[in-house]
Amino acid sequence: MALFSLPRGHKAARVLPGFNITLGFTLTYLSLIVLIPLSALVFKTFTLTWEQFWAAVTGPRVMASYRLTFGASFIAALVNVVFGLLVAWVLVRYNFFGKKVVDALVDLPFALPTAVAGISLTALLAGNGWVGQYLEPMGIQLAFNPNGVVIALIFIGLPFVVRTVQPVLEDAEKELEEAATCLGATRWQTFSRVIFPSIAPALLTGFAMAFARAIGEYGSVIFIAGNMPMVSEITPLIIIGKLEQYDYAGATAVAVVMLVISFILLLVINALQAWQRKRTGAPA
Amino acid sequence: MKKFLHTTLAAALLTVSSWASAQTLLNASYDVAREFYKDYNAAFVAHYKKTTGKDVKIDQAHGGSSAQARAVNDGLEADVVTMNTTTDIEFLASTGVVAKDWAKKFPNNASPTTSTMLFLTRNGNPKGIKDWDDLVKPGVQVIIVNPKTGGNGRMAYLAAWAYARKKGMNDAGAAEFVGKLFKNVPVLAKGGRDATTIFLQRNIGDVLVTFESEVVSVDREFGEGKVDAIHPSVSIIAENPVAVVERTVAKKGTGELAKAYLNYLYSDEAQEIAAKHALRPRSPALLKKYAATFKPIQLVPVSEYFGSLSEAQKVHFNDGGQFDKIYTVK
Repeated sequence: MALFSLPRGHKAARVLPGFNITLGFTLTYLSLIVLIPLSALVFKTFTLTWEQFWAAVTGPRVMASYRLTFGASFIAALVNVVFGLLVAWVLVRYNFFGKKVVDALVDLPFALPTAVAGISLTALLAGNGWVGQYLEPMGIQLAFNPNGVVIALIFIGLPFVVRTVQPVLEDAEKELEEAATCLGATRWQTFSRVIFPSIAPALLTGFAMAFARAIGEYGSVIFIAGNMPMVSEITPLIIIGKLEQYDYAGATAVAVVMLVISFILLLVINALQAWQRKRTGAPA
Repeated sequence: MKKFLHTTLAAALLTVSSWASAQTLLNASYDVAREFYKDYNAAFVAHYKKTTGKDVKIDQAHGGSSAQARAVNDGLEADVVTMNTTTDIEFLASTGVVAKDWAKKFPNNASPTTSTMLFLTRNGNPKGIKDWDDLVKPGVQVIIVNPKTGGNGRMAYLAAWAYARKKGMNDAGAAEFVGKLFKNVPVLAKGGRDATTIFLQRNIGDVLVTFESEVVSVDREFGEGKVDAIHPSVSIIAENPVAVVERTVAKKGTGELAKAYLNYLYSDEAQEIAAKHALRPRSPALLKKYAATFKPIQLVPVSEYFGSLSEAQKVHFNDGGQFDKIYTVK
């Protein structure tokens, strides 16, 4: 008789108990909070025929709005990755007067009602605004065109990058950098070969979150965009416009398209992350 | 814990009993009607007490007109709806929330007041804007609400179209005229208030096309003398329709009260309150009395060129309609 035979019915013993319960909870909770509302969305579009659905989601104004929403969100998320990393770096590596305040300021875009952000950015950047009045004579227009959309999206996306990169930077071992320097690495080599690989997954996560948030953003963008058809209409505005004509099915059809594109993009980013982890040999 | 339960129960009972002593009525209305209904509700409560001896409490819910209609359709328990576009109530009629023949339940198409579209220019009217054809001139910037997202913009569009037709143009000519007008629009506002903000706080544009009733609130909020109100030669009649929400009153038993509430909108007292808020009263005597605000201009009903607002919606504003062509056809 084997002394250590497992009790029957248990295929593998897990270190932590309660896997079944926690999985059940996770699935129920996800269904309640995410899946059921989203499936209602999908069902609503079933009232459309395939042709109607296609017409609703591929109209010229709608197509222009996809380009703007996804393009501006992508640019904004990229900008946030670069400058968010800088902010996180400064906050982690240096001590200076007022650091606590700066740290708290980073979260402000989370807390501020987005409409307030939109209105204040517009007040700042419009032709008669504090900043806009100096830029306009130079021919730079930041409000009421796609530039404004990008700026608003940068504003709301910044904390996502900073807050995901910051803890990873804090955990990064300084000794590794010192070792790299001792072994003759230049500053750039230290950054690109030692620091960057360890924070890249966090940067990607921050990018994905800022990007996803930007795609759905409405309140802050709507005041600064100018909302010109074919030029500065974001997709959420198209949805509101369709609701305004009581075209529930058309509105949900566009929403479903956004949802599918966002989901695919997030999946790709997740896959990239997994691949990156594997390549650098970090634990998944 | 037990004590807490007792207190909440007692509080709940108290609220219920206070509900029972005074009937409440919820009026779902559009955004800019807030001030008008504040005054009207006070007048109605006093009138109701005097004529029936009963106390009544009126609650208000305000929002974008069609957002409110959607909320009522989806279950907001409003007893009455008071909107600024007939399409919003027609939508509720189509889903069976208000009566199919709602427009016949009260006088004047169930619209106790109307409004029309005017121009606001900068003080002194530096660009000399007098009429609709000044808005299509090159170099004039017009601020207008996006007809896709606001009733205000739809009425402005229809008013410009009606002007072109009155000037003897056919539909193709009117389409070109309106197209030219929208080419002069640098920023399409999301709603009426957004348009006012863009024009007055952002200082963009030479002229703002908006409801007559908005002129008063601009003077009130931004101080008098910042803008000039310009009356074009032709404009459109924008009805402010009202209806009883049959679904709610059947459940709450507030049918009589709701009817009384809406009927009183046609009384001289209510019409005078409306006039003070720059909503055109139906009473000819009052229109005359407030002629300084309501300058007599040629007013065109929507039915004259467009059939009805819902037909105009289909032809002009739905996806692929006439308005989309301005921006999508080169």
